[in-house]
Amino acid sequence: MFNNLLVAIDGSDHSKRALEKAIELAKLEGNSNIELLYVVAGNKSKSDVLQYGDSDTASMKRKRMLLPIEELVESAGVTSKTTVLHGKKGAAESIIEHANEGSYDALVIGSRGLGAVQTMIIGSVSHKVMKYVEMPVLMVK
Amino acid sequence: MNYAEKIKNEWLGNVRGDVLAGIVVALALIPEAIAFSIIAGVDPMVGLYAAFCIAVVIAFIGGRPGMISGATGAMALLMITLVADHGLEYLLAATILTGIIQLLFGVFKLSGFMKFIPRSVMIGFVNALAILIFTSQLQHFVGETWVMYSLVALTLAIIYILPRFTKAVPSTLVAIIVVTAIVIFMNIGVRTVGDMGALTQSLPLFALPNIPLTFETLMIILPYSVALAIVGLLESLLTASIVDDMTDTDSNKNKESRGQGIANMIAGCFGGMAGCAMIGQSVINVKSGGNGRLSSLTAGIFLMFLIIVLGNVVVQIPMAALAGVMIMVAIGTFDWSSLMNIHKLPRTDAIVMVVTVAVVVYTHDLSQGVLAGVVLSAIFFAWKVSKVRVEKSLSKDSVRTYEVHGQLFFASVTDFLAKIDYNEDVKLVVLDIANAHLWDDSAVGAIDKIEHKFEQRNIKVELTGMNKESSVLMDKIGGLSKASGH
Repeated sequence: MFNNLLVAIDGSDHSKRALEKAIELAKLEGNSNIELLYVVAGNKSKSDVLQYGDSDTASMKRKRMLLPIEELVESAGVTSKTTVLHGKKGAAESIIEHANEGSYDALVIGSRGLGAVQTMIIGSVSHKVMKYVEMPVLMVK
Repeated sequence: MNYAEKIKNEWLGNVRGDVLAGIVVALALIPEAIAFSIIAGVDPMVGLYAAFCIAVVIAFIGGRPGMISGATGAMALLMITLVADHGLEYLLAATILTGIIQLLFGVFKLSGFMKFIPRSVMIGFVNALAILIFTSQLQHFVGETWVMYSLVALTLAIIYILPRFTKAVPSTLVAIIVVTAIVIFMNIGVRTVGDMGALTQSLPLFALPNIPLTFETLMIILPYSVALAIVGLLESLLTASIVDDMTDTDSNKNKESRGQGIANMIAGCFGGMAGCAMIGQSVINVKSGGNGRLSSLTAGIFLMFLIIVLGNVVVQIPMAALAGVMIMVAIGTFDWSSLMNIHKLPRTDAIVMVVTVAVVVYTHDLSQGVLAGVVLSAIFFAWKVSKVRVEKSLSKDSVRTYEVHGQLFFASVTDFLAKIDYNEDVKLVVLDIANAHLWDDSAVGAIDKIEHKFEQRNIKVELTGMNKESSVLMDKIGGLSKASGH
């Protein structure tokens, strides 16, 4: 039933909890796989390049950040795959597009990512995703 | 992919996306080019011609397709005193010289030198730029009434709230149209772009700057040109990296340096001020679907077309609307994540960042801030690596061993020498430098000095574990030292 999951992660605590729940869900059945989706939106590119110097280093740091997350999935006996999308659009749009193009049993996402202040200004990515993704969505608080 | 295919792909790989994004960028460029001209103290046309020339030229010869260049705040802020003291013609000459310096920079493939600018200095640079853009707008508020304040507030409200409903049209453009319309139809007497300078509805013409070609002239413009060249390349290469990251593709930084140089030389010959790549506009371009050379070309041409057709409307844009747009630009330029993370940074990095910002805000000169940041970082670095650790041990047959850990160079030898005890009564002193590295004359001198001092007291010194590079250095410089014979 739920053995092909897409999990949107951004490194926040909410997304970590979302991943834990996704792993629990995937373990209910054998032969499951989880695709980890990480979106680098425009402003993220700016702050990452400023922080790490150039695009190559920023990509390397992201890979290093994603590695333990992949291992966490694999150690639970679930196959993992990682997709990094460079967001020409916003994070929400990229997640929605990618989710609707693939064939997943469900999308798992944290209730909020970047923090309360930014949620108020930008509008919740999770809210948009809930509205436009055409599949079951598990939102983890 | 062969060369012809690559060119074709860069130009025609994304025609629809590039043209649409180019139009969006052109609309967003106009208010900025005008506002930056006003910051620099020149007529709006100088910024608009610069934006046109640079965007078009860079489309053909830039090294980073999809990046937008034009008149920028960072450059405008550097020109203020030159324009005020010597006038527009000197600015145009300085612009051409800036281009020549940048071209040389690219020809000699010096973009790698940018790595000598620490990241904390870059973050300070961006934040200082944002603060300066913001403070440059304050003069427009002096002596104004609540009418002007509320127009600014309305502009900002539209800019930030409209995207929640639609992203089809750039919200800055809607804000400017709405506020301008209100001012025209309600006949509100506020200052407009027309009050700040003339707007000519014509294409830029080729003309060399009308200045005396003397050594004195060169000495006036050279310091400005050097500062402009450095700041321009800094922002351009930073923007190129950001576009690299957004599109997940690579770019040619030296080609971009050459392109920026040629673009500035041409801009200067056609009455435009020096410019560089624009972070904000490039982000808008990529987000709007642009990633090819056509987007920059479209932006430049469409901008000029709009000015020629709509010039008499443009002069009626109230300064309040432009001030609102500039406040938005300042907020967007500031790297807010650096404020959130400042407590996580190493203390020295945070200090470098704050000092860079402080120097810029105090001097109003971005290049001086960068210089101060780089020098301070170098001092901190030397201070950090100049810490030498010395471990002592004494064997039964009274052999004293000093195990040296760290980098031995001019800044660290004093500290190192102070850790050696010459007055001990021992038979032999062993200086183990397996975990140390000798870097310069001072380091070799320090070793010599230790040997010499012990020798005076008839204590033999044995030098062990020298690494290869250090011993090469020792052989070269240290003819005096007996240890080099090891």
